[in-house]
Amino acid sequence: MKRLIATAAAAALALAATTLGASAAGKLKVGFIYVGPIGDYGWSYQHEVARKKMMEALGGKVESDYLENVSEGPDAERSIEQLVRTGHKLIFATSFGFMDATVKVAKRHPDVYFEHATGYKRLKNLSTYSGRFYEGRYVQGVIAAKMTKKKVLGYIASFPIPEVISGINATMLGAWSVDPSIKVKIIWVNTWFDPGKEADAAKALVDQGADVLMQHTDSPAAMQIAEQRHILAFGQASDMIKFGPHAQLTSIVDNWAPYYIERAKAVMDGTWKSEDTWGGLKSKLVVMAPFTNMPADVKALAEKTEAGIKDGSILPFRCPVYGQDGKELPCKGGKSLSDKQILGMNFYVKGIDAKFPGK
Amino acid sequence: MQLVLERRAERSAWIAVLSPLIAIALTLVTISILFALLGKNPIHALGVYFLEPLTDTYTLSEIAVKASPLVMIGVGLSLCYMANIWNIGAEGQFVIGAVCGSWLAVVTQGTHAGPWVLPAMLILGALGGALYAMIPALCKVKFGASEILTSLMLVYVADLILDYLVRGPWRDPHGFNFPTTADFDPNATVPILFDGTRVHLGCLITLAVVAVAAIMLGRTITGFEIRVVGAAPKAARFAGFNTDQLTNFTFAVSGALAGLAGIIEVAGPIGHLQPGISPGYGFIAIIVAFLGRLNPVGILIAGLFLALTFIGGEGAQISMKIPLDLTKVFQGILLFYVLACDSMIVYRIRLLRSHGKPAHGSA
Amino acid sequence: MGLLEAIILSVIAASTPLLLAAAGELVVERSGVLNLGVEGMMIIGAACGFAGAHFTGSTLAGALTGIVAGAALSAVFAGLTLGLAVNQVATGLALTIFGIGLSGLIGAGFVGVRIAVTPHLYIPGLTDLPFVGKILFGEDGFVYFSILLIAGIWWFLYRTRAGLILRAVGDNHVSAHALGYSVLKVRWLAVLFGGGCAGLGGAYLPLAYTPFFVPEMTAGRGWIALALVVFSSWQPLRLVGGAYLFGAVTILQLQAQGAGLSLPPQLMTALPYLACIIVLVLISRKRGTAGSAAPASLGLVFVPDR
Repeated sequence: MKRLIATAAAAALALAATTLGASAAGKLKVGFIYVGPIGDYGWSYQHEVARKKMMEALGGKVESDYLENVSEGPDAERSIEQLVRTGHKLIFATSFGFMDATVKVAKRHPDVYFEHATGYKRLKNLSTYSGRFYEGRYVQGVIAAKMTKKKVLGYIASFPIPEVISGINATMLGAWSVDPSIKVKIIWVNTWFDPGKEADAAKALVDQGADVLMQHTDSPAAMQIAEQRHILAFGQASDMIKFGPHAQLTSIVDNWAPYYIERAKAVMDGTWKSEDTWGGLKSKLVVMAPFTNMPADVKALAEKTEAGIKDGSILPFRCPVYGQDGKELPCKGGKSLSDKQILGMNFYVKGIDAKFPGK
Repeated sequence: MQLVLERRAERSAWIAVLSPLIAIALTLVTISILFALLGKNPIHALGVYFLEPLTDTYTLSEIAVKASPLVMIGVGLSLCYMANIWNIGAEGQFVIGAVCGSWLAVVTQGTHAGPWVLPAMLILGALGGALYAMIPALCKVKFGASEILTSLMLVYVADLILDYLVRGPWRDPHGFNFPTTADFDPNATVPILFDGTRVHLGCLITLAVVAVAAIMLGRTITGFEIRVVGAAPKAARFAGFNTDQLTNFTFAVSGALAGLAGIIEVAGPIGHLQPGISPGYGFIAIIVAFLGRLNPVGILIAGLFLALTFIGGEGAQISMKIPLDLTKVFQGILLFYVLACDSMIVYRIRLLRSHGKPAHGSA
Repeated sequence: MGLLEAIILSVIAASTPLLLAAAGELVVERSGVLNLGVEGMMIIGAACGFAGAHFTGSTLAGALTGIVAGAALSAVFAGLTLGLAVNQVATGLALTIFGIGLSGLIGAGFVGVRIAVTPHLYIPGLTDLPFVGKILFGEDGFVYFSILLIAGIWWFLYRTRAGLILRAVGDNHVSAHALGYSVLKVRWLAVLFGGGCAGLGGAYLPLAYTPFFVPEMTAGRGWIALALVVFSSWQPLRLVGGAYLFGAVTILQLQAQGAGLSLPPQLMTALPYLACIIVLVLISRKRGTAGSAAPASLGLVFVPDR
């Protein structure tokens, strides 16, 4: 059977030859792999926005292509390999689940540069990059503590991975820096993306007394519920002010464009090196949307907190940090928890009275 | 005047051969119009979809890798469907097979256990898939609960079991708490057949499954029973065939094959257990089963063909910036045409002149 | 607003799209046709419904667009399975792939666009009644329509001659044909009706539930609607119970988490599906092994002899 196809293919070769290798010479081809549809208005959408900005900034010097909705299972490796085989020299794999596939392809193609978002495996030609989203969460915690009247925050969480856990912890540490009596209610929806379910979770949190909502899921559903119920909320991934003009306090915006531009330039200059970039507010990989729907004093405090994180005077995980069991965590990062401790965070800090999922 | 469908006296051998070609020709016309409307060169696009993947050994090998689980699951499902038993939960059986087989890989991790690990994993995977498939089978046989519903519901449950395990007990201790097991040891990994490709032992197992199924259906009593029960359930009951037993049997076999496909996928191309191991294989395999006319060899061809469209679709996204959604539309249209043309093997369309109005179409 | 009242309101909202889509599929299956493409028809209804509402500014226009779009897609299904006697399972699944793709193409221009949320009923006095006011007199139009739809279907199936014919066609198409009824015509109408309902159920999501469109926003609700039809053993009244039970389990697991009840989230998410299986086994068991209420001709191809 396979031989039959191969024979047919040989016959067809002449026809298809025209479609291969059509890239204009001299341009750097950059490839992107997205885990969701580019229209998700969340994670993948923000990467696509950054890709377009990169094209604008480097127009004429780069070409770029993407594959969307790539499953993190067996298809990932082939999708990345396809980008390599179509002449892409710099490839961004934009989801944690692409890690092993990216490593495998990178080992086979030492002349191609790879960038993997949110992972931890690096090679000579494979860098990793991610955002310190928890820094933005700390700012949100400060704002939330000032704005809540009922002293109850509602948190819609996706999956108990370290990024989400560190976000919850940072939020609460920020909130307690203002008012130690703040409580949080957490609902795990077990999905990154199901607008209906996110809305249901938002309603449940409001029903149970939360008056400031935050989310670690992708759609603007929770923001809309906040708008309808006349409470406040924080956006996620992109600026969601359109969906909550009276509700949004601010939003953590994923801002990948500067990084993509920098890395593409580095490849063209021949200065690309394998690195681990974990950028936060300071490097503008994480950006806060304008502070809205809050009085001037809260806004000032928010700006001060943001500035403090940028200049290093405020450390979200400043030691001592206590776990839920009351024990102090080893302080491996000097004044604060180390990056490694934050990247692998699997505990709630003391004061969160919810049970840690899976424990 | 009215177009009506009429059963042919005999299956048309001609159309049986020509039908796929007619379907592809019709698809080409429709899709060309669609591409032209979207401002893409149709000839170029079709070349990217259908020919380009066939011109390169790497993409050819990837077609085999992608088709392998589809064919293996499809063959199992075809047994059910032939007997009018509706297992639509192969996706769940695939996942549970992967989980059961992976259990051994996880517990033997780093113990340098012998070469028995992989075969044992495959057996566990098949067993797990079969047992999971027995839940809807038993619910049907013992309680009369519809297997369509229970097998479908169990897909979601299987996904969540997998999710729980990789986020909890089986999580890689050195993996920064991300939801994945550690990479399997070499003796728990399906070997690659050709260097530089991902073509693995599982592809050969799939071919063996196709051969065994073809022989079994043609030459054994069970195969005969399955076909009779599907074609003429009443006759089968008179002949004393035990439909309960047949339900159990076909569910177990289709579950075992789905489970085997699951563990091969995890121990092969993926290399560890993680959430989202299946891009809908269990559901796509249903289409493959029907495209292949419920015939093992047909399913092999259908699986390879569908894999071709997936890989061609990726090429189209890269080289022509054709959105993935258009590939799905394209696959949908193609399936519609193939199914419609296949129908012409058994039926013909006749133009009926309306002599008066036949009273509610009575004969 | 009391917690119980709030929970009931959430349950109603979560159940309505399921009920709308399942109601249509119930009629389709009662006529002997199994259309597994509900997810595809729902998502196309969502995309077109959103487009309709966005361009006209009217929810009603959006809902109608959703109905038409769902019905149009179901016409493809009917043409293949009824016109050309193609296998229904395979066609239904292909329809879902097609629908998801087409909705993505249609919806590509609507990323980040928002529309006004569907208005809710407000009758001064009645809607302000404590507890029952909002539940009975403060819903959106879709909710009331879904209840009317179920009542209408019940009346049609059990109180009209046409309904009797439809059931006869589903139970034994050979006899129905011999009695002079046009099996294919009945099924065509049923499939179109089902498509319209699925389209409306899909349109509910971007019009009333979360007023924006994103690809694949139906997130598997079409499959649940299919399950609910079987769960209801093809009885319209039981379908209401099933849809609301499913909605309730979904909402309650979220509420339980918010209240601090901590079970593995995976178990919580699996609960509705497990509940569905258990209840199904229980009701099937009560009726004895012989008595699944499935229409006897469900999923079978019918070609009239001439």
